[in-house]
Amino acid sequence: MIELQYAALALVAVSGTAVVLTYEPRRQVITSGVFGTGLAILFLAFQAPDVALSQVAVGSVALPAFALLTLAKIARVDRDEEERD
Amino acid sequence: MSPAARSGLFLVSAAGLAVLLGLALGGLPGFDGPLGDTAKLIATHAVAQRKASNVVIDVAFDYRALDTLGEEFMVFVAAVGAVVLLRTTRDERDEAGSAELEARRPPETSDLLRLLGTVLAPLTVVLGVYVVSHGQLSPGGGFQGGVVVAAAVVVVYVAGQHVAVPRGGPIELTEVVESAGAAGFAIVGVGGLIFAAAFFENFIDPGSQGSLLSGGTIPLANVAVGLEVAGALVLVLVELLDQVIFRRGGGK
Repeated sequence: MIELQYAALALVAVSGTAVVLTYEPRRQVITSGVFGTGLAILFLAFQAPDVALSQVAVGSVALPAFALLTLAKIARVDRDEEERD
Repeated sequence: MSPAARSGLFLVSAAGLAVLLGLALGGLPGFDGPLGDTAKLIATHAVAQRKASNVVIDVAFDYRALDTLGEEFMVFVAAVGAVVLLRTTRDERDEAGSAELEARRPPETSDLLRLLGTVLAPLTVVLGVYVVSHGQLSPGGGFQGGVVVAAAVVVVYVAGQHVAVPRGGPIELTEVVESAGAAGFAIVGVGGLIFAAAFFENFIDPGSQGSLLSGGTIPLANVAVGLEVAGALVLVLVELLDQVIFRRGGGK
């Protein structure tokens, strides 16, 4: 194991815990983006560049974008229901 | 169940999980350990047989292409499911009137963000196409490249361009692209049945190692999967954007 591997493992452990401990969903999207980037570094450090490439695209772009849009949509549904009441 | 009983149950289950997990992890081969039999065979013969220098792609799109077909259809079904859920509400809304559709506007963005998006979006598309087309040579392939291409649409949205498209426009195109990609990969497999002996057997001349078209059917399969993944992500993204942006413009 080289230093980069230890560092990547530590980053994933810390940022993964941070995602769990973040209560507010919109902030959680940001911490999960950091977690995803950490995972990409981890995969690269453990000689899996293919997986790292997927992880960069999915973890730092696709997942946060989709999660934010879904949150916006859910907030909208909630608002509509309040208006109806 | 009382809180005490609940935490007791949790502690027992957590202890059991910890023991099983510890046993399982202890049985894993070491990171630098010797290769298994299959891995040894693949590492020795894959590049010589298929001429595609990325051995991961050799496995995913040739030797074990059947597994990848399953993965691809998972993406396909997930996208279709999400779109079906989103469209139910769209139809209800369409009856409300199309005048509102005209009034919708994406949120205002700064000039800097727009400039950044204008520069980044085409570069992202080129990178995605490169990753798809060079999967057989270097790390990458259809899944990775497809997601990168779809990320270009996210960049355009962040830059504040009008992504939410009316019906009858590019949404139909992304549907066609997604389905064509999913079907294309299966057709490559059927080609193995017709021109060779088995489903997904490589039936095209593998060419010479290092050239762009090396690997026989592998580049074809990568392009199909790239289209499928990019189409699926863009489709769900545009459907979501359509809902969110529309309401923002119409609700004010």
